[in-house]
Order: sequence, then structure tokens, then C-alpha cells
Amino acid sequence: MTTQARFPAASLLLHWMMAPMIVAMLFIGVGMAASVSARYDLLVSIHRPLGIAIFVLCVIRIVNRFINPPPELPDTLPSMQRFAAKASHILLYALMLIMPLVGWGMLSAARYPTVLYGPLRLPPILPHDLTLYAWLRDLHTVLAYLLFATFLVHFAAALYHGLIRRDGVFGTMAS
Amino acid sequence: MKPFWFRAALLTNPGAPFRLGAIGAVMLSVAGAFGYAGGWLSPTRLTQDRMMAAFQDVNGTHAGFRRNHAKGVCVTGWFDSSGQATALSKAAVFRRGRVAVVGRFALAGGMPFQTDAPATVRSMALRFLLPGGEEWRTGMNNIPVFPVNSARGFYEQLLASSPDPATGKSDPARMKAFMAAHPETVQALALIKKRQVTSGFADSTFNSLNAFRFIDAAGASVPVRWSAVPVQPVAASSAEPSTAADNYLFDDLIAQIVQHPQQWRLIMTVGQADDPTNDATLPWPEGRRQIDAGTITIDQASSEDSGRCTAVNYDPLVLPSGIEPSDDPLLSARSAVYASSFTLRAEEEHEKPPSAVTAQEVQAGGKL
Repeated sequence: MTTQARFPAASLLLHWMMAPMIVAMLFIGVGMAASVSARYDLLVSIHRPLGIAIFVLCVIRIVNRFINPPPELPDTLPSMQRFAAKASHILLYALMLIMPLVGWGMLSAARYPTVLYGPLRLPPILPHDLTLYAWLRDLHTVLAYLLFATFLVHFAAALYHGLIRRDGVFGTMAS
Repeated sequence: MKPFWFRAALLTNPGAPFRLGAIGAVMLSVAGAFGYAGGWLSPTRLTQDRMMAAFQDVNGTHAGFRRNHAKGVCVTGWFDSSGQATALSKAAVFRRGRVAVVGRFALAGGMPFQTDAPATVRSMALRFLLPGGEEWRTGMNNIPVFPVNSARGFYEQLLASSPDPATGKSDPARMKAFMAAHPETVQALALIKKRQVTSGFADSTFNSLNAFRFIDAAGASVPVRWSAVPVQPVAASSAEPSTAADNYLFDDLIAQIVQHPQQWRLIMTVGQADDPTNDATLPWPEGRRQIDAGTITIDQASSEDSGRCTAVNYDPLVLPSGIEPSDDPLLSARSAVYASSFTLRAEEEHEKPPSAVTAQEVQAGGKL
């Protein structure tokens, strides 16, 4: 097995802190959009502050990526896979950043309070507008499915590196 | 033909097919769990979409309208807090003073053009705009208890009342079977039937039906149900409405508001330890402590087509700090179903026809 330089500690911390948050967010989101059970209120009250937390962490993560660049991919990686890796990471970062903003924006357009905790609320960032809300609400769903699909590909690719290619890429993040 | 990466992997790595299979299995499991959370793998689970479909079965499609309480008018006014409820709740709305209110009066049912009738359940929805961006929204009805105590009960009642595709009428046998399975509904309907039906919206008492919890400054919590009790004199509904107009209840309300602002006292009923908070079909015993939290004044009406209530979802779980949901499962259910209804009508906004109570009708003081 080739040994690769690991991700810097700050990057590891951010990745492994955000990974469960984002996966939880996707499951909570798809669950609450279906639920009429007593859990609905709890799920919503987790979803909103968790989304905002992911947004804040994502901004920190983007700054961190410039300070602490990720290790290079191995030279043995075919160019198609190299491209797929780059593209899927850009997509992941874009979705991590945009999803919370679309969520906050759609709540604003509907004038649902964006409750963080107790009396703490975020101000609306868009005008009160039903049509704008409808558009953002649908976008939130579409982007959520796209993020889930991208997460699955990311996870599968990580396992592919770790179990099949065994090129050390998996270990840069997972060891 | 296998993909290139598969062949490449196979050459260098003899255990690869098994490991690829394992990766595939992990992906399928994660995707399956996601699908399970989304309700796609459980055809019998009651979801928001199925609830919306049931409303459509009963009422047909009315693009752009609320799925329930579809016929309504917008109103605005204010709430003068007496300061008396601050002993129970730290919510800023109860501090002595005035906050703006955007409200909506409506008739229960998903038909936006139904003819006003005395026995149809009337509702008052209020949105209190607190300083600092907090809000309190509540939807109240002129019935003493709610006919069902769970989302499932509500859904089954809808299904039982939905018209048979063959006859176009609801099947009494299905409603009978529903009643047999829901003794709590039979009891609740008896209480609802006994209520005093007043002459209109302005002299109706509207009840929260669900229980909530008030949290005071020290963190102590008490169960509360609230009511808007009319200040104007109450008159019994005559068997025959005063006019034959389709919108007579709304027209009367608009005319009364033009004549004089209409007022309700916001009365908090404080429950005791054994009073049911998780079952909206059960009344609380008489004689519970009541607190007059202040007065709601409504001085303007407007059609939904131009009013400030139209783009508002009167979600009962939009609460300020100091008011919390109780353990009543209907609160989550209402919040979830209202959200679905709100999204659907927002998507249909561009195809919505004018509301039953038009801007011209309101302009004419309800005398069209």
C-alpha cells in the first residue's frame, strides 16, 4: 500500500465533525418532510439550527482549505477519476454552502421564524413572497437529493480507494 | 462489457469482486435507510403527501387555496396585553403593552366557495408580531373540543367522509365504521353539537383546542388552553340566516368591523396536574383558573386577494419563547400538514382564482 500525506489536523477535524452533521441533516430533512407524527416538531427544531451550524462550519472549512491545502492525489490515479474527484468535491462544497442559505431564504420568504434556540432567531434575508418561497422550497428538495447522491458517490469512492485501489487516498482522511 | 475500472481492479486485486459487492451493499443500505426515512418504503405510513391526497379526495382540487379552512378573509388590528399572563409566561407578548396582529377569519372545510352556514365551524387565526422578530401564531375554532385526537384519526375521518367515486356522495356505512372505531370522536361530536352557535364571527368564542405549556421567568411550566371571548354582545344564530347571501357570515363581519372595531378578550385557562394535555377531544373540568391576558382589537378587514394574511401559514408551532407545545400529538400533525398545504398553494399561486370574498366586496363594506 502506498503511503500518502494525511490531511492536516484542522481539515480532519472539520471533515469528521461535519460528516455526521450533514448525513443527519439529510435524514432529518427527508424524514420531517414526510412526517405528521409527534416527532415532526423535534425534527424541525433540530433541522434549522443544525443547518445554520453547517453553514458556519462550511465557511470556516473553505477558509481552512486555502490555509491547509489537501494532499495531492496519487499520480497513478487515471485522469477521469482525478477529474471526478475534483468535480465531486467542488459540488460537495457548493451544496454544503448553498443548502443552508436556500433553507434560510425559503423560511424568510414564507416568514417562518428561523429559530435557533429559545428566543434566538435569525432575521429574514428575503422579502415575504409566496412565489419566491415555492421556488426555493422546491430547490431545497432538489438540492437535498443531489447532495445525498453526491454524498453516496463520495462515500463509495472513498471505499473504492480503500478496498479496491488501495492507493492510500482513503487513509489520508480515515486514518 | 464490464467498465474499465472494474477490469483494472480485477487484474491487480483478486478479492475485488467481493469487495465491490460489499461497497454496493453499503450504498444500497444507506440509500434504503434514506428511502425509509422519507416514507417511500412504507405504503401504510401516514405522511404529509397522503394527508394532502385525502383532502383532495374530499374537496377536489382548488389551486392556490388552503387545503382546509379554505374560505376566509384577512384582518388586522392589535393586542393590548393586560400584563396579567406574565405570572405564567415569560413571553414578551404578555408584558403590558401593545403588539400588532395580522389575522384571518375562515370557515372549516377545504371548499373555498362553500356557502356560509351557521353550523359550519368558524375559525380565527392570529399572528402576533412581537418586538425582536419573535412571533406567536394561533388558529382557534368556535368549538369546545376537537373531533379527533390524532393525525391518524383525522385522516380516517377524512377518508370516511370522502365521496364515493361511483355515487359522488359519502358512504354513511364508512362514517359509521369510523365512529365505531373512534369513541372519542362520538363523545367530542356530542359536545360540539351542544355548543351555542352565535349569529356570526364577531360574537363567536374561539378556542385553541390543543393545550400548550406556559413557561415563567423561573422556568416553571403550567398547561394552558386559550380562548378569544367576544367583548361585543352575543346573539344566538337564527335558524334562518338574515340574508340569503352566500357570504353572509363574512359580509356581516366586514360590516361590523367598518362600523366599529371588534374585540375579544384573550382568556388563558390554566390546567391542573390531571387535566389531559395530549387529547384535544377531552374538555377540561369547569372552574379552572382563568386569566385575562388582554384584548384583541380588529379594526380592518381585507380580501385574501390583497390581504396580509394570505402569505401566512398559521402554524400553531410558531411560538415565542415562553410558550411551548404540550404533549398533544395534534400540534406536530397540524404544523406538518399546514406546512404541506402552504407549500402546495404557494406552488399554485399563479393559477389561483379570486377568493370568494373579493376586494370589491370588502370595499363595499360587505354589503355587495
